[in-house]
Amino acid sequence: MSAGALDTPHQPPGPLAELIRDFRRNTGAVVGLSVIVGLIVLAVAANIVAPYDPDATNQAAFLKPPFWQAGGSFAHLLGTDAIGRDMLSRLIFGARLSLLIGAAVVTLSVITGTVLGLIAGYVRGATEIAIMRLMDIILTLPSLLLAIVIVAILGPGIMNALLAVAIVQLPHYVRIARAAVITEVAKDYVTAARVSGAGSVRLLIKEVLPNCAAPLIVQATLGISTAILDAAALGFLGLGAQPPTPEWGTMLADAREFILRAWWVVTLPGLMILLTVLAFNVAGDGLRDALDPKLKQ
Amino acid sequence: MCGPGRRTTPPPLSFMLRFLLTRVSLIVPTFIGITLLVFVLVRLIPGDPIETMAGERGIDATLHERLRHEYGFDRPVIVQYGLYLQRLIHGDLGRSIVTHKPVIEEFASLFPATIELSVCAILFALCIGIPVGVLAAVRRNSIFDHGVMALTLTGYSMPIFWWGLLLILLFSVQLGWTPVSGHIAFIYFIEPKTGFLLIDTLLAGNTAAFWSAVGHLVLPAIVLGTVPLAVIARMTRSAMLEVLGEDYIRTARAKGLSNARVVAVHAFRNALIPIVTVIGLQVGVLFTGAILTETIFSWPGVGKWLIEGIGRRDYPVLQGGTLLIGAIIMTVNLLVDLTYGLINPRIRHTR
Repeated sequence: MSAGALDTPHQPPGPLAELIRDFRRNTGAVVGLSVIVGLIVLAVAANIVAPYDPDATNQAAFLKPPFWQAGGSFAHLLGTDAIGRDMLSRLIFGARLSLLIGAAVVTLSVITGTVLGLIAGYVRGATEIAIMRLMDIILTLPSLLLAIVIVAILGPGIMNALLAVAIVQLPHYVRIARAAVITEVAKDYVTAARVSGAGSVRLLIKEVLPNCAAPLIVQATLGISTAILDAAALGFLGLGAQPPTPEWGTMLADAREFILRAWWVVTLPGLMILLTVLAFNVAGDGLRDALDPKLKQ
Repeated sequence: MCGPGRRTTPPPLSFMLRFLLTRVSLIVPTFIGITLLVFVLVRLIPGDPIETMAGERGIDATLHERLRHEYGFDRPVIVQYGLYLQRLIHGDLGRSIVTHKPVIEEFASLFPATIELSVCAILFALCIGIPVGVLAAVRRNSIFDHGVMALTLTGYSMPIFWWGLLLILLFSVQLGWTPVSGHIAFIYFIEPKTGFLLIDTLLAGNTAAFWSAVGHLVLPAIVLGTVPLAVIARMTRSAMLEVLGEDYIRTARAKGLSNARVVAVHAFRNALIPIVTVIGLQVGVLFTGAILTETIFSWPGVGKWLIEGIGRRDYPVLQGGTLLIGAIIMTVNLLVDLTYGLINPRIRHTR
């Protein structure tokens, strides 16, 4: 075999290239990702894209229907709500809020959960039992109920809702990280690293953590959708973001009394929630299939 | 290794007992943990509990001291927790601050409505989810299969509080087929015997009231059943796909059995195990959904009661309700585990 045979034509694709290739085969996942990218662009550019300030009221236009309906106008493409705020602008700013909530919740619970899981799996003993029992309790109680109880104690508001949803999500990440530590620590390469003088923290971060990166990433993607859904549910129950914040769930709660008169104030915010959650679920499924074929259903 | 005779003998009683004891020993610490969590959470609420109970009128200092002593708030926290557990064992979950009725009584009077709704929701989910999942698996990669997968993913992602509003908009407002909210029309008064309105109206022989109750139940049951329906359909599909790839299915087909018989008898029975597990896991989902569904449809169950409890800062209700719901979910999970052990001999024999 000549040295040239090892050149590009036979070189296997790098892990990232392989991931992208596998992901792109899944049409649904690509569509989901495109929707997510679109939403992110909208959220980032909300100030430029949105035609109005989301909180600005227009005294002359209460409950105006969208432009294609009789009585609607191009001034407010998707109509206005009960106090004359532009629906389109509120939906766009709502995207910013929901994506921020999703990202913040997942960041918080992935970091906390992974650290707890690594500690539980590495230290074992009473610490592990304490951590895992606590996670069992969190898993046993219905997620929304636990989040409601936490918010009831901390007081309603967007930050407390965010914290509550993050706590409810913890167990998934703890379990993944702990399982990875327990299987990996017994392996020779970890022993080798330890013999060469690697400290515990280095061992966990450099050797163990990469082994559970794939399931953690998949869980985190799916976790964003759950976080957005739960935060919207809390908003809907009046326990999350408070009016006039343009949060989709809170907007729905405000719109409930106008269900007989103005379908758009009820339909549109929910449609945005469904679209966003669906996009993250589809993309998460695609990512799971691409990252870890073993997990494929 | 099991001898051939071993398979036909029923599981020894001692074995099932041990299985039960292991499971119970696992849930007892979790339950104690929940009591501790609920106890601590309520202690974290800012403000003095006696003053909260007294409400806005305030309370004079001597009565305040006496009540503090009566409720044990002057004792060390660990003693307070002990007292709380002691009352708990006697079935005392405290009294609602608003209605002054025992929390457990209020829960018991509202719980049947939640069960009624949840049972109907899960029946709706099973009656549609299982056949649809089986068909999707049998016709893998057909348009039907892709349609089912897309629809179930949508159902799984559904914000059900919005879904409920949409259905009200369509069926109650536009078409006028169903009532907007409530449990039964106000004109009927039904003496509660079982607490389940569907049964009570029939016991009273009042058919008109029964149909009114059914009409009120349809939309909430569909809303609450949507997420379980999606999960059950997807689970049924993947369990069936796995089983249909097994060698014994090929053998059954090779014997010349009809496709329907292979699917129904050989494949479906074996796919049931993961399906039963997933149904058990839906109990938590149902409670979460019940909180939202009952709020939207003004359904007089425990979910709406808890949300109202928060609005009124009625902490005993919140504390007791959470504990009871946790206990119910744990009991159901235990039952599912036991059924699982009964229907799947492999689980019994490997432990």
